[in-house]
Amino acid sequence: MIPSPFAFYAPSRLDEAVRLLQQYGDEAKLLAGGHSLLPTMKLRLATPAVLIDLHKISDLVGVTVGERVTIGSMTTWSALEADATLCEALPVLAATIRLIGDRQVRNRGTLGGALAHADPAADAPAVVLVLNGTLTIYGPAGIRTIAADDFFVDMLTTALAPDEILTAITLDRVGPGEGAAYLKFAHPASRYALVGVAAFLRVEAGQVSACRVAVTGAGVRAERLTNVEAMLLHQPAQPDLFARAARGAADTLEILGDLHASETYRRAMVEVYIHRALVAAAASLRAS
Amino acid sequence: MVRISLTVNGRPYQGEVEPRTLLVTLLRDHLHLTGTHIGCDTSQCGACVVHLDGISVKACTVLALQADGATVTTIEGLAQEATLHPLQEGFWAEHGLQCGFCTPGMIMSAADLLQQNPDPSDEEIRHALEGNLCRCTGYENIVRAVRYAAQQMQSAQKT
Ligand SMILES: Cc1cc2nc3c(=O)[nH]c(=O)nc-3n(C[C@H](O)[C@H](O)[C@H](O)COP(=O)(O)OP(=O)(O)OC[C@H]3O[C@@H](n4cnc5c(N)ncnc54)[C@H](O)[C@@H]3O)c2cc1C
Ligand code: FES
Ligand code: FES
Repeated sequence: MIPSPFAFYAPSRLDEAVRLLQQYGDEAKLLAGGHSLLPTMKLRLATPAVLIDLHKISDLVGVTVGERVTIGSMTTWSALEADATLCEALPVLAATIRLIGDRQVRNRGTLGGALAHADPAADAPAVVLVLNGTLTIYGPAGIRTIAADDFFVDMLTTALAPDEILTAITLDRVGPGEGAAYLKFAHPASRYALVGVAAFLRVEAGQVSACRVAVTGAGVRAERLTNVEAMLLHQPAQPDLFARAARGAADTLEILGDLHASETYRRAMVEVYIHRALVAAAASLRAS
Repeated sequence: MVRISLTVNGRPYQGEVEPRTLLVTLLRDHLHLTGTHIGCDTSQCGACVVHLDGISVKACTVLALQADGATVTTIEGLAQEATLHPLQEGFWAEHGLQCGFCTPGMIMSAADLLQQNPDPSDEEIRHALEGNLCRCTGYENIVRAVRYAAQQMQSAQKT
Protein backbone atom coordinates (compact mmCIF):
# COMPACT_ATOMS: atom_id res chain seq x y z
CA MET A 1 0.00 0.00 0.00
CA ILE A 2 0.96 3.60 -0.54
CA PRO A 3 0.89 6.27 2.18
CA SER A 4 -1.71 9.03 2.04
CA PRO A 5 -0.42 12.30 0.53
CA PHE A 6 1.93 14.56 2.45
CA ALA A 7 4.25 17.51 1.91
CA PHE A 8 7.96 16.79 2.29
CA TYR A 9 10.64 19.02 3.82
CA ALA A 10 14.33 18.24 4.27
CA PRO A 11 15.80 21.13 6.27
CA SER A 12 19.56 21.29 6.71
CA ARG A 13 19.48 22.89 10.18
CA LEU A 14 17.96 21.84 13.48
CA ASP A 15 16.33 25.21 14.14
CA GLU A 16 14.63 25.04 10.74
CA ALA A 17 13.28 21.59 11.58
CA VAL A 18 11.91 22.87 14.91
CA ARG A 19 10.34 25.86 13.17
CA LEU A 20 8.56 23.48 10.78
CA LEU A 21 7.38 21.38 13.73
CA GLN A 22 5.98 24.52 15.36
CA GLN A 23 4.35 25.65 12.14
CA TYR A 24 2.61 22.35 11.38
CA GLY A 25 2.01 21.03 14.91
CA ASP A 26 0.10 17.74 15.03
CA GLU A 27 0.08 17.49 11.24
CA ALA A 28 3.84 16.96 11.06
CA LYS A 29 6.11 13.96 11.70
CA LEU A 30 9.88 13.78 11.72
CA LEU A 31 11.42 11.20 9.38
CA ALA A 32 14.62 9.45 10.47
CA GLY A 33 15.31 6.00 8.93
CA GLY A 34 11.62 5.58 8.21
CA HIS A 35 11.57 1.94 9.27
CA SER A 36 8.95 2.39 11.92
CA LEU A 37 7.16 5.39 10.42
CA LEU A 38 6.84 4.38 6.75
CA PRO A 39 5.39 0.91 7.49
CA THR A 40 2.70 2.51 9.67
CA MET A 41 2.04 5.14 6.98
CA LYS A 42 1.71 2.45 4.33
CA LEU A 43 -0.93 0.75 6.46
CA ARG A 44 -2.51 4.22 6.99
CA LEU A 45 -2.16 3.82 10.74
CA ALA A 46 -0.36 7.16 10.55
CA THR A 47 -1.40 9.85 8.06
CA PRO A 48 0.81 12.88 8.68
CA ALA A 49 0.21 15.79 6.29
CA VAL A 50 3.86 16.87 6.53
CA LEU A 51 7.10 14.88 6.77
CA ILE A 52 10.27 16.57 7.98
CA ASP A 53 13.30 14.53 6.94
CA LEU A 54 16.28 14.86 9.30
CA HIS A 55 18.87 13.37 6.90
CA LYS A 56 20.38 16.63 5.76
CA ILE A 57 21.22 17.74 9.31
CA SER A 58 24.78 16.47 9.42
CA ASP A 59 25.53 17.06 13.13
CA LEU A 60 23.05 14.32 14.03
CA VAL A 61 25.30 11.52 12.74
CA GLY A 62 28.38 10.10 14.44
CA VAL A 63 29.87 8.37 17.46
CA THR A 64 32.25 9.76 20.10
CA VAL A 65 33.87 7.33 22.50
CA GLY A 66 35.28 9.14 25.53
CA GLU A 67 34.63 8.68 29.22
CA ARG A 68 31.07 8.01 28.11
CA VAL A 69 29.83 7.12 24.64
CA THR A 70 27.81 9.67 22.67
CA ILE A 71 25.83 8.65 19.60
CA GLY A 72 24.11 11.06 17.20
CA SER A 73 20.41 10.27 16.94
CA MET A 74 20.50 9.79 13.14
CA THR A 75 23.30 7.20 13.21
CA THR A 76 22.06 3.96 11.63
CA TRP A 77 22.29 0.55 13.27
CA SER A 78 24.68 -0.53 10.51
CA ALA A 79 26.99 2.43 11.10
CA LEU A 80 27.07 1.56 14.81
CA GLU A 81 27.75 -2.12 14.05
CA ALA A 82 30.65 -1.12 11.78
CA ASP A 83 32.28 1.16 14.39
CA ALA A 84 35.06 -0.95 15.93
CA THR A 85 35.83 1.52 18.74
CA LEU A 86 32.19 1.60 19.78
CA CYS A 87 31.86 -2.20 19.65
CA GLU A 88 34.94 -2.54 21.85
CA ALA A 89 33.63 0.02 24.36
CA LEU A 90 30.11 -1.41 24.42
CA PRO A 91 29.99 -5.04 23.27
CA VAL A 92 26.44 -5.28 24.64
CA LEU A 93 25.26 -2.64 22.16
CA ALA A 94 26.97 -4.38 19.25
CA ALA A 95 25.37 -7.70 20.25
CA THR A 96 21.95 -6.07 20.60
CA ILE A 97 22.13 -4.47 17.16
CA ARG A 98 22.82 -7.86 15.59
CA LEU A 99 19.42 -8.92 16.90
CA ILE A 100 17.48 -5.98 15.45
CA GLY A 101 15.29 -6.79 12.45
CA ASP A 102 17.48 -7.73 9.51
CA ARG A 103 20.36 -6.25 7.57
CA GLN A 104 18.19 -3.98 5.41
CA VAL A 105 16.30 -2.68 8.44
CA ARG A 106 19.64 -1.97 10.13
CA ASN A 107 20.92 -0.19 7.01
CA ARG A 108 18.18 2.43 7.39
CA GLY A 109 16.92 2.43 10.98
CA THR A 110 18.48 4.78 13.54
CA LEU A 111 19.02 4.66 17.29
CA GLY A 112 17.29 8.01 17.74
CA GLY A 113 14.29 6.92 15.69
CA ALA A 114 13.93 3.74 17.72
CA LEU A 115 14.02 5.59 21.06
CA ALA A 116 11.69 8.38 19.90
CA HIS A 117 9.24 5.84 18.48
CA ALA A 118 9.23 3.90 21.80
CA ASP A 119 7.74 0.76 20.33
CA PRO A 120 6.95 -1.44 23.35
CA ALA A 121 8.75 -4.33 21.60
CA ALA A 122 11.89 -2.42 20.56
CA ASP A 123 15.26 -3.65 21.80
CA ALA A 124 17.31 -0.50 22.27
CA PRO A 125 15.20 1.10 25.04
CA ALA A 126 16.06 -1.70 27.51
CA VAL A 127 19.77 -1.43 26.74
CA VAL A 128 19.78 2.36 26.97
CA LEU A 129 18.08 2.07 30.37
CA VAL A 130 20.71 -0.27 31.82
CA LEU A 131 23.58 1.78 30.37
CA ASN A 132 22.31 4.78 32.34
CA GLY A 133 21.46 6.67 29.14
CA THR A 134 21.17 10.43 28.95
CA LEU A 135 19.23 11.85 26.02
CA THR A 136 19.94 15.25 24.51
CA ILE A 137 16.94 17.06 23.12
CA TYR A 138 16.72 20.21 21.00
CA GLY A 139 13.60 22.37 21.02
CA PRO A 140 12.31 25.93 20.80
CA ALA A 141 13.91 26.73 24.19
CA GLY A 142 17.30 25.30 23.21
CA ILE A 143 19.00 22.16 24.45
CA ARG A 144 17.93 20.03 27.42
CA THR A 145 18.95 16.61 28.67
CA ILE A 146 16.84 13.92 30.27
CA ALA A 147 17.64 10.59 31.87
CA ALA A 148 16.49 7.51 29.94
CA ASP A 149 14.67 6.55 33.16
CA ASP A 150 12.33 9.51 32.63
CA PHE A 151 12.06 9.27 28.84
CA PHE A 152 9.80 6.27 28.15
CA VAL A 153 6.35 7.30 29.33
CA ASP A 154 3.82 4.94 27.77
CA MET A 155 3.15 2.90 24.64
CA LEU A 156 4.70 4.83 21.71
CA THR A 157 4.95 7.83 24.02
CA THR A 158 8.07 9.57 25.30
CA ALA A 159 8.91 12.73 27.20
CA LEU A 160 9.59 14.49 23.86
CA ALA A 161 7.31 17.48 23.26
CA PRO A 162 5.77 17.65 19.77
CA ASP A 163 8.21 20.39 18.76
CA GLU A 164 11.35 18.71 20.12
CA ILE A 165 14.02 16.64 18.37
CA LEU A 166 16.18 13.98 19.97
CA THR A 167 19.73 14.83 18.93
CA ALA A 168 22.07 12.51 20.85
CA ILE A 169 22.22 9.59 23.23
CA THR A 170 24.99 9.31 25.82
CA LEU A 171 25.70 5.95 27.46
CA ASP A 172 27.98 4.70 30.22
CA ARG A 173 30.83 2.49 29.07
CA VAL A 174 31.07 -1.00 30.47
CA GLY A 175 34.27 -0.77 32.48
CA PRO A 176 36.57 -3.12 34.41
CA GLY A 177 34.67 -5.35 36.83
CA GLU A 178 31.46 -4.68 34.90
CA GLY A 179 29.42 -6.74 32.47
CA ALA A 180 26.23 -6.26 30.50
CA ALA A 181 23.99 -8.38 28.30
CA TYR A 182 20.74 -8.16 26.38
CA LEU A 183 18.82 -11.30 25.51
CA LYS A 184 15.54 -11.54 23.69
CA PHE A 185 12.93 -13.99 22.67
CA ALA A 186 12.41 -12.77 19.11
CA HIS A 187 9.25 -13.00 17.09
CA PRO A 188 10.26 -15.34 14.26
CA ALA A 189 9.00 -13.11 11.42
CA SER A 190 9.43 -9.52 12.56
CA ARG A 191 12.28 -10.24 15.01
CA TYR A 192 10.83 -7.73 17.45
CA ALA A 193 11.09 -8.75 21.10
CA LEU A 194 8.25 -10.85 22.46
CA VAL A 195 10.28 -10.43 25.63
CA GLY A 196 13.70 -8.84 26.02
CA VAL A 197 15.79 -8.27 29.13
CA ALA A 198 18.94 -6.16 29.53
CA ALA A 199 21.18 -6.47 32.57
CA PHE A 200 24.19 -4.54 33.81
CA LEU A 201 26.31 -5.71 36.76
CA ARG A 202 29.36 -4.39 38.60
CA VAL A 203 31.02 -6.94 40.84
CA GLU A 204 33.57 -5.96 43.49
CA ALA A 205 35.17 -8.50 45.81
CA GLY A 206 32.61 -11.07 44.67
CA GLN A 207 29.63 -8.88 45.53
CA VAL A 208 27.24 -7.04 43.27
CA SER A 209 28.08 -3.39 43.90
CA ALA A 210 25.92 -1.87 41.17
CA CYS A 211 23.25 -3.24 38.88
CA ARG A 212 20.53 -2.22 36.49
CA VAL A 213 17.97 -4.52 34.90
CA ALA A 214 15.31 -3.54 32.35
CA VAL A 215 12.62 -5.35 30.40
CA THR A 216 11.09 -4.62 26.99
CA GLY A 217 8.42 -6.30 24.90
CA ALA A 218 6.34 -7.32 27.89
CA GLY A 219 4.23 -4.30 28.73
CA VAL A 220 3.39 -0.87 27.32
CA ARG A 221 6.94 0.41 27.61
CA ALA A 222 10.49 -0.58 28.42
CA GLU A 223 11.15 -0.20 32.14
CA ARG A 224 13.66 -0.78 34.93
CA LEU A 225 13.02 -3.73 37.25
CA THR A 226 13.90 -2.10 40.54
CA ASN A 227 12.60 -5.08 42.52
CA VAL A 228 15.18 -7.34 40.84
CA GLU A 229 17.91 -4.74 41.31
CA ALA A 230 17.15 -4.52 45.04
CA MET A 231 17.47 -8.31 45.38
CA LEU A 232 20.89 -8.28 43.72
CA LEU A 233 22.59 -5.32 45.34
CA HIS A 234 25.32 -6.13 47.89
CA GLN A 235 24.78 -9.88 47.47
CA PRO A 236 27.45 -12.41 46.44
CA ALA A 237 27.38 -12.71 42.64
CA GLN A 238 26.53 -16.42 42.55
CA PRO A 239 24.34 -18.37 40.11
CA ASP A 240 21.74 -19.07 42.80
CA LEU A 241 21.39 -15.31 43.42
CA PHE A 242 20.42 -14.79 39.78
CA ALA A 243 17.87 -17.60 39.92
CA ARG A 244 16.37 -16.21 43.15
CA ALA A 245 16.24 -12.66 41.80
CA ALA A 246 14.36 -13.82 38.70
CA ARG A 247 11.82 -15.97 40.55
CA GLY A 248 8.52 -14.14 40.92
CA ALA A 249 10.11 -10.98 39.52
CA ALA A 250 7.34 -10.52 36.96
CA ASP A 251 4.48 -10.97 39.44
CA THR A 252 3.88 -7.28 39.93
CA LEU A 253 4.66 -6.20 36.36
CA GLU A 254 1.93 -5.00 34.07
CA ILE A 255 2.17 -7.38 31.16
CA LEU A 256 0.21 -7.37 27.92
CA GLY A 257 -0.97 -10.42 26.03
CA ASP A 258 -1.51 -10.37 22.29
CA LEU A 259 -1.96 -12.81 19.42
CA HIS A 260 1.74 -13.71 19.53
CA ALA A 261 2.02 -14.54 23.23
CA SER A 262 -0.50 -14.60 26.07
CA GLU A 263 0.00 -12.60 29.24
CA THR A 264 0.74 -15.74 31.27
CA TYR A 265 3.27 -16.98 28.78
CA ARG A 266 5.00 -13.62 28.56
CA ARG A 267 5.16 -13.40 32.36
CA ALA A 268 6.88 -16.77 32.50
CA MET A 269 9.28 -15.76 29.73
CA VAL A 270 10.17 -12.50 31.49
CA GLU A 271 11.45 -14.52 34.45
CA VAL A 272 13.36 -16.92 32.21
CA TYR A 273 14.99 -14.01 30.39
CA ILE A 274 15.82 -12.09 33.56
CA HIS A 275 17.68 -15.14 34.79
CA ARG A 276 19.49 -15.70 31.50
CA ALA A 277 20.41 -12.03 31.08
CA LEU A 278 21.89 -11.90 34.59
CA VAL A 279 23.91 -15.04 33.98
CA ALA A 280 25.13 -13.65 30.65
CA ALA A 281 26.02 -10.27 32.19
CA ALA A 282 28.01 -12.03 34.92
CA ALA A 283 29.78 -14.16 32.30
CA SER A 284 30.81 -11.02 30.42
CA LEU A 285 32.45 -9.23 33.37
CA ARG A 286 35.53 -7.40 32.18
CA ALA A 287 38.82 -8.03 33.93
CA SER A 288 39.56 -5.39 36.55
CA MET B 1 4.90 17.00 -7.50
CA VAL B 2 8.60 17.22 -6.75
CA ARG B 3 11.48 16.93 -9.22
CA ILE B 4 14.06 14.27 -8.49
CA SER B 5 17.13 12.99 -10.26
CA LEU B 6 18.98 9.78 -9.61
CA THR B 7 21.10 7.23 -11.40
CA VAL B 8 19.52 3.83 -11.91
CA ASN B 9 21.66 0.97 -13.19
CA GLY B 10 24.16 3.47 -14.56
CA ARG B 11 21.59 5.59 -16.39
CA PRO B 12 20.55 9.05 -15.23
CA TYR B 13 16.86 9.49 -14.49
CA GLN B 14 15.00 12.75 -13.97
CA GLY B 15 11.33 13.01 -13.28
CA GLU B 16 8.55 14.31 -11.08
CA VAL B 17 7.04 12.33 -8.26
CA GLU B 18 4.44 12.78 -5.58
CA PRO B 19 6.27 12.86 -2.21
CA ARG B 20 4.47 9.68 -1.14
CA THR B 21 5.91 7.68 -4.05
CA LEU B 22 7.89 4.72 -2.74
CA LEU B 23 11.22 3.90 -4.36
CA VAL B 24 9.80 0.52 -5.40
CA THR B 25 6.90 2.25 -7.17
CA LEU B 26 9.28 4.57 -8.96
CA LEU B 27 11.35 1.62 -10.16
CA ARG B 28 8.46 -0.61 -11.19
CA ASP B 29 5.82 1.82 -12.45
CA HIS B 30 7.82 4.82 -13.67
CA LEU B 31 10.97 3.05 -14.90
CA HIS B 32 9.34 -0.30 -15.76
CA LEU B 33 12.08 -2.18 -13.89
CA THR B 34 9.76 -4.91 -12.70
CA GLY B 35 12.51 -7.25 -11.50
CA THR B 36 12.19 -5.56 -8.11
CA HIS B 37 9.17 -7.28 -6.56
CA ILE B 38 6.63 -6.38 -3.90
CA GLY B 39 5.79 -9.29 -1.64
CA CYS B 40 4.30 -7.73 1.48
CA ASP B 41 2.84 -4.64 3.13
CA THR B 42 4.92 -4.89 6.28
CA SER B 43 8.57 -4.43 5.21
CA GLN B 44 9.34 -8.03 6.11
CA CYS B 45 9.74 -10.12 2.94
CA GLY B 46 12.74 -8.54 1.17
CA ALA B 47 11.40 -9.17 -2.37
CA CYS B 48 12.01 -5.47 -3.05
CA VAL B 49 15.69 -5.22 -2.04
CA VAL B 50 17.85 -2.92 -4.20
CA HIS B 51 21.12 -1.11 -3.57
CA LEU B 52 20.97 2.57 -2.65
CA ASP B 53 24.44 4.08 -2.91
CA GLY B 54 25.83 0.56 -2.71
CA ILE B 55 23.92 -0.52 0.40
CA SER B 56 21.00 -2.96 0.38
CA VAL B 57 17.63 -1.45 1.31
CA LYS B 58 14.00 -2.47 1.12
CA ALA B 59 12.71 -0.29 -1.71
CA CYS B 60 9.16 -0.55 -0.33
CA THR B 61 10.27 1.29 2.81
CA VAL B 62 12.23 4.12 1.22
CA LEU B 63 10.59 7.13 -0.39
CA ALA B 64 11.65 7.95 -3.94
CA LEU B 65 12.52 11.38 -2.55
CA GLN B 66 14.98 9.77 -0.14
CA ALA B 67 16.84 8.45 -3.19
CA ASP B 68 17.11 11.91 -4.78
CA GLY B 69 20.70 12.37 -5.99
CA ALA B 70 21.59 8.76 -5.21
CA THR B 71 22.73 5.79 -7.24
CA VAL B 72 20.38 2.81 -7.37
CA THR B 73 21.19 -0.68 -8.60
CA THR B 74 18.42 -3.18 -9.22
CA ILE B 75 18.56 -6.83 -10.26
CA GLU B 76 18.46 -5.65 -13.89
CA GLY B 77 21.74 -3.81 -13.36
CA LEU B 78 23.73 -6.75 -12.05
CA ALA B 79 24.70 -8.69 -15.20
CA GLN B 80 27.47 -7.35 -17.43
CA GLU B 81 25.89 -7.46 -20.91
CA ALA B 82 25.29 -11.17 -21.57
CA THR B 83 27.48 -12.36 -18.67
CA LEU B 84 25.48 -13.21 -15.57
CA HIS B 85 26.67 -11.98 -12.18
CA PRO B 86 28.21 -14.91 -10.24
CA LEU B 87 25.20 -14.80 -7.89
CA GLN B 88 22.77 -15.12 -10.79
CA GLU B 89 24.84 -18.01 -12.09
CA GLY B 90 24.97 -19.52 -8.59
CA PHE B 91 21.19 -19.44 -8.10
CA TRP B 92 20.84 -21.19 -11.46
CA ALA B 93 23.61 -23.75 -10.89
CA GLU B 94 22.61 -24.63 -7.32
CA HIS B 95 18.82 -24.52 -7.85
CA GLY B 96 18.50 -21.57 -5.50
CA LEU B 97 14.99 -20.83 -6.75
CA GLN B 98 11.70 -22.47 -7.47
CA CYS B 99 8.99 -19.89 -8.27
CA GLY B 100 11.63 -17.15 -8.35
CA PHE B 101 9.54 -14.47 -6.65
CA CYS B 102 12.04 -13.93 -3.83
CA THR B 103 15.12 -14.30 -6.04
CA PRO B 104 15.83 -10.69 -7.09
CA GLY B 105 15.73 -9.57 -3.45
CA MET B 106 17.77 -12.56 -2.30
CA ILE B 107 20.44 -11.81 -4.88
CA MET B 108 20.61 -8.11 -4.06
CA SER B 109 20.93 -8.85 -0.33
CA ALA B 110 23.58 -11.48 -1.02
CA ALA B 111 25.47 -9.09 -3.31
CA ASP B 112 25.63 -6.56 -0.47
CA LEU B 113 26.95 -9.28 1.85
CA LEU B 114 29.68 -10.38 -0.59
CA GLN B 115 30.84 -6.79 -1.07
CA GLN B 116 31.52 -6.55 2.65
CA ASN B 117 32.47 -10.13 3.36
CA PRO B 118 33.84 -11.99 0.30
CA ASP B 119 34.14 -15.31 2.14
CA PRO B 120 31.15 -15.68 4.47
CA SER B 121 30.39 -18.78 6.53
CA ASP B 122 26.99 -20.44 6.15
CA GLU B 123 25.94 -18.84 9.41
CA GLU B 124 26.96 -15.42 8.12
CA ILE B 125 25.04 -16.01 4.88
CA ARG B 126 21.92 -16.94 6.82
CA HIS B 127 22.29 -13.91 9.11
CA ALA B 128 22.66 -11.62 6.07
CA LEU B 129 19.54 -13.07 4.44
CA GLU B 130 17.30 -12.80 7.52
CA GLY B 131 15.31 -10.05 5.82
CA ASN B 132 14.49 -12.18 2.78
CA LEU B 133 11.66 -14.69 2.97
CA CYS B 134 11.27 -17.61 0.57
CA ARG B 135 8.12 -19.73 0.47
CA CYS B 136 9.52 -22.41 -1.80
CA THR B 137 13.09 -23.51 -1.39
CA GLY B 138 13.65 -24.10 2.31
CA TYR B 139 16.73 -21.88 1.97
CA GLU B 140 19.34 -24.68 1.76
CA ASN B 141 20.03 -24.17 -1.93
CA ILE B 142 19.98 -20.41 -1.54
CA VAL B 143 22.84 -20.68 0.96
CA ARG B 144 24.65 -23.00 -1.48
CA ALA B 145 24.11 -20.52 -4.32
CA VAL B 146 25.66 -17.71 -2.32
CA ARG B 147 28.60 -19.92 -1.35
CA TYR B 148 29.04 -20.85 -5.05
CA ALA B 149 29.13 -17.17 -6.02
CA ALA B 150 31.61 -16.34 -3.26
CA GLN B 151 33.93 -19.08 -4.51
CA GLN B 152 33.61 -17.97 -8.15
CA MET B 153 34.29 -14.35 -7.25
CA GLN B 154 37.30 -15.27 -5.12
CA SER B 155 38.90 -17.52 -7.72
CA ALA B 156 38.22 -14.87 -10.40
CA GLN B 157 40.13 -12.42 -8.24
CA LYS B 158 43.10 -14.74 -7.83
CA THR B 159 43.53 -15.30 -11.60
C1 LIG C 1 10.77 -5.63 9.34
C2 LIG C 1 11.23 -4.81 10.52
C3 LIG C 1 11.76 -5.47 11.62
C4 LIG C 1 12.19 -4.75 12.72
N1 LIG C 1 12.69 -5.43 13.80
C5 LIG C 1 13.08 -4.74 14.89
C6 LIG C 1 13.63 -5.42 16.02
O1 LIG C 1 13.80 -6.66 16.01
N2 LIG C 1 13.96 -4.69 17.10
C7 LIG C 1 13.83 -3.34 17.13
O2 LIG C 1 14.15 -2.74 18.15
N3 LIG C 1 13.35 -2.66 16.08
C8 LIG C 1 12.98 -3.32 14.96
N4 LIG C 1 12.49 -2.62 13.88
C9 LIG C 1 12.38 -1.15 13.97
C10 LIG C 1 13.61 -0.48 13.43
O3 LIG C 1 14.70 -0.64 14.30
C11 LIG C 1 13.30 1.02 13.22
O4 LIG C 1 14.20 1.47 12.26
C12 LIG C 1 13.38 1.90 14.43
O5 LIG C 1 12.54 1.46 15.45
C13 LIG C 1 12.96 3.32 14.12
O6 LIG C 1 14.03 4.03 13.65
P1 LIG C 1 13.91 4.88 12.33
O7 LIG C 1 15.18 5.65 12.25
O8 LIG C 1 13.59 4.01 11.21
O9 LIG C 1 12.73 5.91 12.70
P2 LIG C 1 11.47 6.48 11.88
O10 LIG C 1 10.62 5.36 11.42
O11 LIG C 1 11.96 7.42 10.85
O12 LIG C 1 10.78 7.27 13.02
C14 LIG C 1 10.07 6.64 14.08
C15 LIG C 1 9.34 7.68 14.92
O13 LIG C 1 10.24 8.45 15.69
C16 LIG C 1 10.15 9.83 15.37
N5 LIG C 1 11.53 10.32 15.32
C17 LIG C 1 12.53 9.78 14.56
N6 LIG C 1 13.70 10.39 14.82
C18 LIG C 1 13.43 11.35 15.75
C19 LIG C 1 14.25 12.29 16.43
N7 LIG C 1 15.57 12.37 16.21
N8 LIG C 1 13.66 13.12 17.34
C20 LIG C 1 12.33 13.00 17.59
N9 LIG C 1 11.51 12.12 16.98
C21 LIG C 1 12.06 11.31 16.07
C22 LIG C 1 9.44 9.89 14.03
O14 LIG C 1 8.73 11.08 13.88
C23 LIG C 1 8.54 8.69 14.09
O15 LIG C 1 7.36 8.99 14.78
C24 LIG C 1 12.08 -3.32 12.75
C25 LIG C 1 11.55 -2.66 11.63
C26 LIG C 1 11.13 -3.38 10.52
C27 LIG C 1 10.59 -2.65 9.34
S1 FES D 1 7.89 -5.74 -0.37
FE1 FES D 1 8.15 -6.99 1.38
S2 FES D 1 9.87 -6.04 2.29
FE2 FES D 1 9.52 -4.75 0.62
S1 FES E 1 11.62 -19.40 -4.86
FE1 FES E 1 9.52 -19.05 -4.52
S2 FES E 1 9.58 -17.60 -2.89
FE2 FES E 1 11.62 -18.16 -3.07
